[in-house]
Amino acid sequence: MIVNEKIAIEHGLKSDEYKKICNLLKRTPNITELGIFSAMWNEHCSYKSSRLHLKKLPTKGEKVIQGPGENAGVIDIEDGDAIVFKIESHNHPSFIEPYQGAATGVGGIMRDVFTMGARPIANLNSIHFGSPQHKKTKNLLRGVVHGIGGYGNCMGVPTIAGQTSFDSSYNGNILVNAMTLGLVKKNKIFYSKAAGLNKPVIYVGSKTGRDGIHGASMASTSFDEKIEEKKPTVQVGDPFTEKLLLEACLELMAGDSIIAIQDMGAAGLTSSSIEMASKGNLGVEINLNKVPCREAKMTPYEIMLSESQERMLIVLENGKEELAKKIFDKWNLDFAIIGKTTDSKNIELFFDDKQVANIPVNTLVENSPMYDRKWKKSKLPKKNKIKKDVLNSLKIKDVLKKVLSNPNICSKKWIWQQYDHTVMGDTIQKPGGDSGVVRVHGTNKAIAASVDSSAVYCWAHPLTGGKQVVAESWRNLISVGAKPIAITNCLNFGSPENEDNMGEFVECVQGIGEACEYLNFPVVSGNVSFYNQTKEIGIKPTPSIGGVGIIKDYNKMVTMNFKEINNIVMVIGKTEGHIDQSLFARSILDEKNGPPTRS
Amino acid sequence: MKSSVITFPGSNCDRDMDVALNKFGFKNKMVWHNDNELPKSDLVVLPGGFSYGDYLRCGSMASKSKIMHSVINFAKSGGLVMGICNGFQILVETGLLPGVLLRNKYLEFICKNVHVKVDNKQNPYFKNLDKNIFEFHIAHNEGNYFCTKDQLDEIKDNNQIAIYYCDKNGHTEEQYNPNGSMKNIAGIFNKEKNVLGMMPHPERMIDQSLSGEDGSLFFKNLINNLK
Repeated sequence: MIVNEKIAIEHGLKSDEYKKICNLLKRTPNITELGIFSAMWNEHCSYKSSRLHLKKLPTKGEKVIQGPGENAGVIDIEDGDAIVFKIESHNHPSFIEPYQGAATGVGGIMRDVFTMGARPIANLNSIHFGSPQHKKTKNLLRGVVHGIGGYGNCMGVPTIAGQTSFDSSYNGNILVNAMTLGLVKKNKIFYSKAAGLNKPVIYVGSKTGRDGIHGASMASTSFDEKIEEKKPTVQVGDPFTEKLLLEACLELMAGDSIIAIQDMGAAGLTSSSIEMASKGNLGVEINLNKVPCREAKMTPYEIMLSESQERMLIVLENGKEELAKKIFDKWNLDFAIIGKTTDSKNIELFFDDKQVANIPVNTLVENSPMYDRKWKKSKLPKKNKIKKDVLNSLKIKDVLKKVLSNPNICSKKWIWQQYDHTVMGDTIQKPGGDSGVVRVHGTNKAIAASVDSSAVYCWAHPLTGGKQVVAESWRNLISVGAKPIAITNCLNFGSPENEDNMGEFVECVQGIGEACEYLNFPVVSGNVSFYNQTKEIGIKPTPSIGGVGIIKDYNKMVTMNFKEINNIVMVIGKTEGHIDQSLFARSILDEKNGPPTRS
Repeated sequence: MKSSVITFPGSNCDRDMDVALNKFGFKNKMVWHNDNELPKSDLVVLPGGFSYGDYLRCGSMASKSKIMHSVINFAKSGGLVMGICNGFQILVETGLLPGVLLRNKYLEFICKNVHVKVDNKQNPYFKNLDKNIFEFHIAHNEGNYFCTKDQLDEIKDNNQIAIYYCDKNGHTEEQYNPNGSMKNIAGIFNKEKNVLGMMPHPERMIDQSLSGEDGSLFFKNLINNLK
């Protein structure tokens, strides 16, 4: 197939992006190469609309071992221990196929964490659905909850906290954000930077199939009425294989065989091999005939773009191949030497003894597009004047009943009881409180984690909303007696090509940045999910903040339940009587305008 | 006292069980499913998890593992074998225990504390316990015990029902049944009472900071009974 502009556009590239590719290569790419460019240059992988703004977030701190740019962030929790954590979105696939979409979201984020050598010790999630009355909501909620449980429970990692909300802006685009925390020794952290020439490149895990091809590209566009046709772009998860992969990787990591390791997530073999080569400033040569395939007659294009789950790419030390193979054989996983590192600084692919792609790595990474999108600033809305007689006509008991039974406030026990939250025997604060808390196995320390978002505030005034979410995360951590350390963020927005949506993004990020700066609460990892919209209708801006804190002595942890009769109840902080954007204003007074509470 | 915990591919409560057994004085060994021989043991535990991903039927593939020949022989010669959750599912698949474990009645995974009533103390597991009602923790998708009417008559006649789901006062009405199990059955013995299978996880209740301490009572008593 001869590549032309039309085919490039079908791959989600813009006309000028296609021209840029031809200029960089000084020729027309072949179809495999075009597929690789489209995978690396889409919004999901390249952060082309967000990079400029994300640079402004504070990412450094005394406790930060690794900030954004790796598979996950890493913080120091003293005594030689570190916590690896990250949150990631799986919104688009979960709307198309809720069980598999949510399950593979959980699987993907756990791989990001154990790729770095950490054993996952806790999962969290932030899930957002359309109106409870909407015809799709019930099925999506059930599917997503089953999917999260199905994967996390089988992996034997407790799901310790989460957040669920309902709002009609998610009717056509639900949000599924999954977060994982892992525990690692500070001197045993693994990174994705390849190093050294002629080192074997190893493929381990499941076989490659045709599932998930163009998954990352699909997540970089809006939905329309043809959404059902996109089902084949959703990956299918196998948590059993991932459990084996986890144990096998940790077993191999106990020794000194690995130079670099990277999971095959979005854009599969393409992004993993290119990122490892790019970070190491090296080239890589891969023989695609060596890649274990699940289906017959897969083409180089399909092998490179498949998003089959539960796969890892490893650069090994020379001479460690046999040892590594023995471990993966023990766990019944595929193991194949598929290539080597080179000094060409190109990615070179071979298939049936022919070269099928040859692209300079830097054209895919450093030369990827970056946009300074147009955006609109939001004004702080005027305060509402609520009439006394309206308030006087309300009976406080009825109002309380209505507010407490609102789906956004009521108990979410039905959800979290379907997640194994006690496996691993270290969960000392279960879901349902301000933060989940797990002990650092075998020590007196504990880690608190919470995931928060407040789309209504961010929608009313993105700058204030962005600050408010960070403050909420901070409060949830200190409420259990933890000292907050750092956050990860998952930034869910509409189309960056729309000035209003882009404005929401820019100002929410600014608000998050200001609050993090003020609180010394750095951002160590995260992801951006744009195009959460069906046709022209976007979601409310929904940055999710995953906060992590430490409790030095878990016996001093605080819980929220009232302990005894006659205990004194206190309110700390000033009650200013701010009502706009409260659940009360929105659901009882039916007043949707006004500013959010300031923080 | 020596114990062995078998790790199958997909087991995920093996470490928790190891922690619990060691905490209460067992010298525990982890045993790989592909091994041929059990180490010398006073107790063998099949832990919870998702052996072989729970694919095909929960426990069915693990029941055919290499090590299981040795476990079955050990049980048949009177050795103590305890299966928790997935371990219980594996034990019914081997035929060491009667019946099957179906999908939970409401088709959902359940993770919560429940109360169970110990009915029969004429056995090495519950002998000498000074209370009858325990708060344990369950976490499963397939814990709905089912057997034929003849089997049920037989296990009743032989006092093989180990524990029932109940409320904190020991009432065993249907409303205290979390998963639809026949007769609220949460655990059963073989005829000889040396093999025990149960859905609840005592190993998750061994510390005041966890879900509770009734698991500690269980393990302390168990090791004393074996001494």
